[in-house]
Amino acid sequence: MIKDIVIEAKDFNFYYGDVRALTDVNIKIEKNSVTGIIGPSGCGKSTFLRSLNLMNNLILCAKYEGQIFIEGEDILHKDIDVVELRRKVGMVFQKSNPFPKTIFENVAYGLRINGIKDKDLINQRIEESLKGAALWDEVKDRLHASAFDLSGGQQQRLCIARALAVEPDILLMDEPASALDPTATLKIEELIQVLKSKYTIIIVTHNMQQAARVSDYTAFFMMGKLIEYSKTNLMFTNPEHKITEDYVTGRFG
Amino acid sequence: MKNKFNVITEKLGFAVLTACLLVVVLIIVIIFTNIIINGHSAISLDFIIKAPTDGMTKGGIMPAIVGTFLVTVITAIFSIPLGMGCAIYLNEYAKQNLFTKLVRISIRNLAGVPSIVYGLFGVILFVQFLHLGTSVLAAGLTLSLMTLPLTITASEEALKNIPMSFREGSLALGATKWQAIRTNVLPYAVPGMLTGTILGLSRAAGETAPILFTGVAFYLPYLPKGVLDQFMALPYHLYIMATQHHDITLVKPIAYGTAMVLIGLVFIMNLGAIILRYRLRKNRKE
Repeated sequence: MIKDIVIEAKDFNFYYGDVRALTDVNIKIEKNSVTGIIGPSGCGKSTFLRSLNLMNNLILCAKYEGQIFIEGEDILHKDIDVVELRRKVGMVFQKSNPFPKTIFENVAYGLRINGIKDKDLINQRIEESLKGAALWDEVKDRLHASAFDLSGGQQQRLCIARALAVEPDILLMDEPASALDPTATLKIEELIQVLKSKYTIIIVTHNMQQAARVSDYTAFFMMGKLIEYSKTNLMFTNPEHKITEDYVTGRFG
Repeated sequence: MKNKFNVITEKLGFAVLTACLLVVVLIIVIIFTNIIINGHSAISLDFIIKAPTDGMTKGGIMPAIVGTFLVTVITAIFSIPLGMGCAIYLNEYAKQNLFTKLVRISIRNLAGVPSIVYGLFGVILFVQFLHLGTSVLAAGLTLSLMTLPLTITASEEALKNIPMSFREGSLALGATKWQAIRTNVLPYAVPGMLTGTILGLSRAAGETAPILFTGVAFYLPYLPKGVLDQFMALPYHLYIMATQHHDITLVKPIAYGTAMVLIGLVFIMNLGAIILRYRLRKNRKE
């Protein structure tokens, strides 16, 4: 059913020390689609997301097995260039984390660490990225104000813009709207719809309605296992497993 | 209805805490008044810019001020980069295992080692083994050793205060570990690191024991011409004037004046630390 595979996990297992967080995850993710990852707290959805840009490597006792191919390359292979991978796979965190710099410098950060010095190029990318994150109109007159002056929703869109600036192919979003009010959440959701034409988006969410609204495919995790993975409308109308149905209908969670 | 017992214990607790604070403040006030009353007559411009004369019964304390300044600068040159480097390694790179835990505990314990022990160690290592002789350099290095535990601990605390999200956000954009630390951790940690470091330095400036055998001189008719010369220092000068001089009563005002200058110097350094922290924090907000 999936045409153009951009991410594929094969028998992926993940451990925090002796605790197994993910068990035999097999998944194929389509290019330029939005995949929602849902499941109860502690089910391993964030762990899986953070495995895709090797962010879990920062955790000391993390261990993993299996393979994850991104654009055909096994990122779990020891020769992988983590820096290169993270430039290709951008990430937006649950809690918006603008750096204590100006709006401009926040977006320019990724460009600067990539060694881009051309001022015109930086200016151009910043405008593109802020437009891409639907923030440009709100901040274009105060690019040199502190990022902390922005509202919570704006800060999160700034973090999206910052991720877009380094031109990734894939965008990982870890509950990007969980700390936002409904209006700001709606803006982020609309933005995701626009962004998917250019990026492959994987979004972890606690909010079932959000998964139903924004994602093309939905993956349901529970206790470290991928229970069900299918087209979103199928998952929410006619789930294959009883437990999926119980979860998406809010019988537990 | 208020519970009577609660009201009484509340008042009692408040009174005890207030008394604790008052005792501390009182002690500080007594020390300061004593020093100012006895020392203010000695303070003058000449006292600051002239050398001691007439068998150290007259004149100023300029060589001691210069000496303390020089030895503090040398301490700073060695302890700031070394201490910050250690802290960065310990907090950002080192694995958190039993070994690093032991290293960390040892560093904290070193902060409690009596300063005379550092002084004697400095004699063996710097003066004798490394042939630096009794000199500004040897004394500065000894003081660096003494302040390093403080510098490392304070710097590590400052690094710990930087949220993980700064590092993660940076790494997620494809920064290397060092890039993330250099561009997104250090700029915000440095104010805290420097504050701790300057407090450590101001303590070093007032120390006598570590410089006693490593470079400080009783009296020198000249200023140190290089880092391998001996020097005079304020704390040691104070010690001599208060206990070792042949006419202690005569030089009492000089001793008190020296104490005033030393306290003033330490105060200025601490004030500098506060101002620096304030200004750097303000920059961070922008």
